[in-house]
Amino acid sequence: MLIIKDLHARVEGKEILRGINLTINAGEVHAIMGPNGSGKSTLANVLAGNTNFEVTRGEVSFNGKDLLAMTADVRAKEGLFLSFQYPVEIPGVSMINFLKTAVNESRKYHHLKELSAGDFLKVMREKKEMVQIDSQLTNRSVNEGFSGGEKKKNEIFQMAMLEPKLAILDETDSGLDIDALRIVANGVNLLKRAENATIVVTHYQRLLDYIVPDFVHVLYKGQIVKSAGKELVFELEEKGYDWIKKELGE
Amino acid sequence: MDNQNTLLNEVAGRDYRFGFVTEIETDFIPKGLNEEVVRIISAKKEEPDFMLEFRLKAYRKWLTMKMPDWAQLKIPEIDYQEIIYYAAPRQQPKYESLDEVDPELLSTFAKLGIPLEEQKMLAGVAVDAVMDSVSVKTTFKENLAELGIIFCSFSEAVKHHPDLVQKYLGMVVPPNDNFFAALNCAVFSDGSFVYIPKGVRCPMELSTYFRINAKNTGQFERTLIIADNDSYVSYLEGCTAPMRDENQLHAAVVEIIALDRAEVKYSTVQNWYPGNKEGIGGIYNFVTKRGLCKGASSKICWNQVETGSAITWKYPSCILAGDNSVAEFNSVALTNNYQQADTGTKMIHLGKNTKSTIVSKGISAGHSSNSYRGLVRVAAKAENARNYSQCDSLLLGDHCGAHTFPYIEVGNQNSVVEHEATTSKIGEDQIFYCNQRGISTQDAIGMIVNGYAREVINKLPMEFAVEAQKLLQISLEGSVG
Ligand SMILES: Nc1ncnc2c1ncn2[C@@H]1O[C@H](COP(=O)(O)OP(=O)(O)OP(=O)(O)O)[C@@H](O)[C@H]1O
Ligand SMILES: [Mg+2]
Repeated sequence: MLIIKDLHARVEGKEILRGINLTINAGEVHAIMGPNGSGKSTLANVLAGNTNFEVTRGEVSFNGKDLLAMTADVRAKEGLFLSFQYPVEIPGVSMINFLKTAVNESRKYHHLKELSAGDFLKVMREKKEMVQIDSQLTNRSVNEGFSGGEKKKNEIFQMAMLEPKLAILDETDSGLDIDALRIVANGVNLLKRAENATIVVTHYQRLLDYIVPDFVHVLYKGQIVKSAGKELVFELEEKGYDWIKKELGE
Repeated sequence: MDNQNTLLNEVAGRDYRFGFVTEIETDFIPKGLNEEVVRIISAKKEEPDFMLEFRLKAYRKWLTMKMPDWAQLKIPEIDYQEIIYYAAPRQQPKYESLDEVDPELLSTFAKLGIPLEEQKMLAGVAVDAVMDSVSVKTTFKENLAELGIIFCSFSEAVKHHPDLVQKYLGMVVPPNDNFFAALNCAVFSDGSFVYIPKGVRCPMELSTYFRINAKNTGQFERTLIIADNDSYVSYLEGCTAPMRDENQLHAAVVEIIALDRAEVKYSTVQNWYPGNKEGIGGIYNFVTKRGLCKGASSKICWNQVETGSAITWKYPSCILAGDNSVAEFNSVALTNNYQQADTGTKMIHLGKNTKSTIVSKGISAGHSSNSYRGLVRVAAKAENARNYSQCDSLLLGDHCGAHTFPYIEVGNQNSVVEHEATTSKIGEDQIFYCNQRGISTQDAIGMIVNGYAREVINKLPMEFAVEAQKLLQISLEGSVG
């Protein structure tokens, strides 16, 4: 589904990603861990097409297509979804209007009929239940005045509405209370399909207890320095990142 | 009145008027402005003497005035002798079919979802099938007439209701008010007239669109709205489509008078031709709009969404004369490419316990310049007056400019005037967030800008609001990315 080859990217002249290689197949869950500032969000943003980041080398294919050649909105319509580490507020734009536009843009792209207002609201009710998001939130402007946890929940709600092929969850667990974490994880699991894949960026084992990864990667200084099964999570939880740094001879 | 007529006859001089009869019949006035031209205009329109006097007084005043230069605008020299001040044939269509019309204009019509017949009317194509809407208009007119509401062209009002016109014309914007108002008073060709009788609530939005004779009222349009005691009216001006118009200079005057407990809501969506992307061409829009809350507890509300014109000089204002009167100014002004706007409002508090609110949302893109200029004046006797002003500017890109010029004069101790201003740039992170959900950059900007302007758009009547939203989006096309 996603094949990343030797991906380099920089921001403001500084090289952040220094040769990422990663292959993700349909049906898989990959966890990406790594110390603060190692480049996890950068990778997520580069994949999503944020033009603040400049790709200097490498290639990425997404379902056989050249991902890097697409603009951000096309990547989204092709089925790539990013749950933001810091979701943005858009004052005055109602969640309903925002999501209806998003859903219908994607439908148009795939030559499907746009949803009527009635059908859209029906789908929205279903998905709201799935991720147990407060009805009040969807009546407000996009993320405006939402609490940190509410913003994260809202990301997963949008993911439920858009049904992406590849979802990248960037620290979706941070800021969530224990119940919310379970609800969000449960939502993600409910949305899992054999033909979809998920990348979970997190610092904690907690989330991975619910969303069980098939592979765990450690990103360090812009490179994937270790990949293993889910047992790696426990090891990291126990020992921190120092032993990896030692392994690398630092 | 008799006095005035006598005076007027003396001033006008009968034989003088006769001298122009043949010219009148040719229905053509050469370009340029002088006292004779003013007389011809009045004569052509078969106006009563008080109108001619009004025009001449204004013209003589205008001669002594200078074009205002205090605005944050670069206005090219205007040669007032190069303008044709009366041209009846302008009503005639210029094109035989839509195929001859500028495709860019047509694509804008299509985006706005304007029906084909209407597109033709707006573009100036010969239309023979608008009879349906004519009958609709007539029905409206009959309904309104039953309630005693007068809604007609200004010329008709002068003919059929001269007493009302004479009583109120110039009451709010006198001929000597400013350069452009004086010019308008001297040469205006037509416009709209509304009178709502005592106690009547006008059952429908009055729109120039529904008025026969509404089109091509010309570059010097005159509107007079009178709401008698305890009446209500909502008036919609203009058209959301970019009107094709060869006139470079527009100097309209709008006067509103609200008597005791009357309420007038005046909404505008202005989309005159703004010039091309390089800033060539476009309308100069120099408008004087003012409302007088004459009666106690009266209310006047200006709502406007402005995206058009190359240069805009416009300050819809209110004089809060009646005690407990209320005034609002809600505005979105968008400028793109090389457009320039210097716009805002004046709230003049004269009565006790008067209250005004100003919400101004400026949006600048391209190389445009967008200024808010607002005056809040509380007279000494206007005890307990309140004003709240909020002026926001949104910038798209690095080449545009936004300026805010608030003037506040408070003449007593127990009044409260509050002013808040913000300037923000449209966030790349907001655009990316929308992109990431599959929304293109263009649509994202439209969405974010509409969100920013929502407070004002919500004040517009429903159909207008929908079109205003589309308009904001269309006006920004190609501005980013
Ligand atoms: N816009 C930017 N301008 C300058 N530096 C940036 C920018 N974005 C990211 N960086 C830098 O890139 C590096 C990687 O940041 P990134 O956000 O990808 O880290 P991360 O692995 O997600 O960290 P965390 O676990 O704290 O979320 C950091 O040193 C960060 O300061
Ligand atoms: Mg991060």
